[in-house]
Amino acid sequence: MEIFGIPSPAFFGQLLLGLINGSFYAILSLGLAIIFGLLNIINFAHGAQYMVGAFVAWMGFTWLGIGYWWALILSPLVVGAVAVLIERTMLKQLYKLDHLYGLLLTFGLALMAEGVFKNYFGVSGESYEVPELLQGGINLGFMYLPIYRAWVVVAAMAVCFSAWYAIERTSLGATLRAATQRPDLVQALGINVPVLLTATYAVGAGLAAFAGVLAAPIMQVNPVMGSNLIIVVFAVVVIGGMGSILGSIVTGLGLGVVEGLTKVFYPEASAVVIFVVMVLVLLVKPAGLFGKQA
Amino acid sequence: MKLKPIAQAVALSLVLATAAQAQVSDGVVKIGVLTDLSGTYSDLAGNGTLIATKMAIDDFTAAEKPTFKIEMVSADHQNKGDISSNKAREWIERDKVDVVTELVTSSTALAVQKIGKEKNRIVIINGAGSTAITNEACNDVTVHYTYDTYAVANGTAKAVTKAGGKKWFFLTADYAFGHALEKDASDVVKSSGGEVVGGVRHPFPTSDFSSFLLKAQSSGAQIIGLANAGGDTINSIKQAAEFGITGKQQLAGLLMFITDIHSLGLKTTQGMYLTEGFYWDLNDETRAWSKRFFAQHKRMPTMVQAGQYSSTMHYLKAVKAANTDDTAKVMAQMKKMPINDFFAKNGTIREDGRMVHDMYLMQVKTPAESKTPWDYYKVKAVIPAAEAFQPLSASRCPLIKK
Repeated sequence: MEIFGIPSPAFFGQLLLGLINGSFYAILSLGLAIIFGLLNIINFAHGAQYMVGAFVAWMGFTWLGIGYWWALILSPLVVGAVAVLIERTMLKQLYKLDHLYGLLLTFGLALMAEGVFKNYFGVSGESYEVPELLQGGINLGFMYLPIYRAWVVVAAMAVCFSAWYAIERTSLGATLRAATQRPDLVQALGINVPVLLTATYAVGAGLAAFAGVLAAPIMQVNPVMGSNLIIVVFAVVVIGGMGSILGSIVTGLGLGVVEGLTKVFYPEASAVVIFVVMVLVLLVKPAGLFGKQA
Repeated sequence: MKLKPIAQAVALSLVLATAAQAQVSDGVVKIGVLTDLSGTYSDLAGNGTLIATKMAIDDFTAAEKPTFKIEMVSADHQNKGDISSNKAREWIERDKVDVVTELVTSSTALAVQKIGKEKNRIVIINGAGSTAITNEACNDVTVHYTYDTYAVANGTAKAVTKAGGKKWFFLTADYAFGHALEKDASDVVKSSGGEVVGGVRHPFPTSDFSSFLLKAQSSGAQIIGLANAGGDTINSIKQAAEFGITGKQQLAGLLMFITDIHSLGLKTTQGMYLTEGFYWDLNDETRAWSKRFFAQHKRMPTMVQAGQYSSTMHYLKAVKAANTDDTAKVMAQMKKMPINDFFAKNGTIREDGRMVHDMYLMQVKTPAESKTPWDYYKVKAVIPAAEAFQPLSASRCPLIKK
C-alpha cells in the first residue's frame, strides 16, 4: 500500500517520528507561552535554559554520578533556581516597559550562557547515555521504535497536560491569570503577586530544563543545541497564538508532524517548512491559530 | 682626513648588514592565522591551530636562529567568506601580513585564495576540504596542505567497499561541501565494484536525523555513507545507534576528526572506518610532538592542527632558504623542498598547490581495546601519497598544461 506515493510503513514511521519531535516543540513552546502569557516577557533565554538543563544532567552524571531519573527532577530545580535569581534581580524591573526590553535582556543572557559553555566545553559536545531501563527498541513492523523515544512522548505529554490543567483548571491557575490582568486587585486580596510571578518564570525555565534532560540522550549535549531550536520554537508559539497554552501544545505536535512528513517528500525544505506555515497562518489569522484577536 | 676611512667602513658595514636583511621586507615575517574561533569547527581547528602556529614559530626560532623577526596575528572568520576576505585584505594591505593560513571551511578558503592571487601573497590552507581549491580555483600562490575531500572519501569508501560493503546510501549535508564529498565517494564506490542505491540530502545544520535514518534503514543499503561534518556527523552517528543501525547496516563517516570521536565516545563509534592525515599515536615522533601540544591545549591534536604546525614550519624554512619573503621565490622554494617532519614523510607540493603525503585508513577501537585517554585508532592501512590524492592527470586546474 502506498500513501502519496510512498510506502505506508515509511509514511507511518515518519508520522510517529514527527509526533516525537513535536513533543519537544510542545514542551518548549509551552514554557514560552506560560512566561509570555503571564509575565509579558518574550523569553529569549529559553533555548539557553534548555541547553543548561541538558548540561546540568551531564555534569551531575559525569562529576557526581547522579543518574538520569534524578536529573529529570534536579535539573529543572537548578535551572529554576537560577531563573528566580534572574527574575528577582533583572526581569522584574522590566514588566512595565515595552516587550522589547525583556527580549533584549533575555537574548543577552542567552548569548552569555552560550559563550561560557562554549569556552569551557568546546562545540562538539558531550555524550549522555540512554538510561539502562529505556535502552533498546521495539520492532513495530513498519519501523524500529527506540523505547527511549516512546518515553519522550509519554513524559512530554504528561508534563504538558499537567501544566495546562494547573493553569486552566485549578484555583491557583485562576489566581495567576487574574494577577496578570489586574495585579493591583489581586494584591489587595492579600495575594503576593511578585512571588507568583517569580514562581511562574521559574516554572517556565524549569520546563525548558526538563526538555533539555529529555533531549540529552538523543542529541549531543552541546552549547549551541538551544540556539538551534529556539527560532523554530518561537515560530511554533507565534503560529499557536502568543500566550495560548493549549495553542502551543497542539501546534507543537502538529508542526512536528508537518516537518517529519516534509522530510520524506522534500527533505531540502524541512528546515523552512515551519516558517512557510507561519507566514500562511499569519496571513489568515494574524493572532495565531488559538490566539485571541486583540 | 682620518675620519673618512672610518666613515667609509661604517657606511660599508651598514650596507652589508642591510643587504643581508633587506631581502625580508622590514625584517619581519608576519603570519596571519584565520580560523573558526567560536563556531562549529572551533574544536577541530580553532584555538588549537593558534597554539600549533606559535609552537612552529618558537621551534623555528630556537633551531634556525633567523635574522628576521616572526610575528603572528589571528582572527575569527566565523566560517563566513565575506568576513575572511575582508580580514585577509586588511592584513595584507595595512598590516603587511606575508602569509594567510589555516582557513577551515571551504567558503572562507576559496575567498581568501582569490585575495591572495590578487595581492600576490601566499595562502596555506589546512582546515578546509573542498577539492575545488586545487582544481577549478587553483592558483600559483595557494598551497592545500593537510587533506581534501577526495583523499578522505577515497580512503574510506574504497576500503569499505573492498571489505564487502557494496550497496551504499548517502546521507549528505545539503551544501557545496556535502555534495562534493558525496560525489567523490560515489565515484570511488562505483569504481571499486559497489553501487549507490539511494541518498538523502539534509539541511545544514540539522539536529534531528531520525527521519533520514529511517529512510536509510528502509533502503536496503549495507553502508550508510555520511557526507557531512562536525555536529551533523556527530548527531547522525549518535542517533543511528539509537535506531538500531548496527549489524546489518554499517556507517561510514567520510570526514571525521579525532575530536568527533572523542566527543561521541568509543561505545558509539567503535568499529567505524575513517581516513586521517595524521594520528598522534603513530610513532615516537608524532607522540613527542603531540604530548607537547597536549600540555598546552589539553586535547590531542587533530590532523588540521598538526598540519598547521607542519605547514608553518615548512613556510618559515622556505623563507630562510630563499632568504626573502617574496611570494614567487618562497613558493618556488616550498615546492622544491620535500617535507620531512613528524607530520609527513617525503611530502611534496605539486604544481597545482596540493601537498601530497601518506594518508591513513583507521578503524576506531572498541572500549576494551583502548588503554589510555585518546587511544582511539587502529591503523588499518597506510595509503601511499601517490594513491591518496587525486592524480594530476585528472586535475581541472588551469595551471596544469596537458
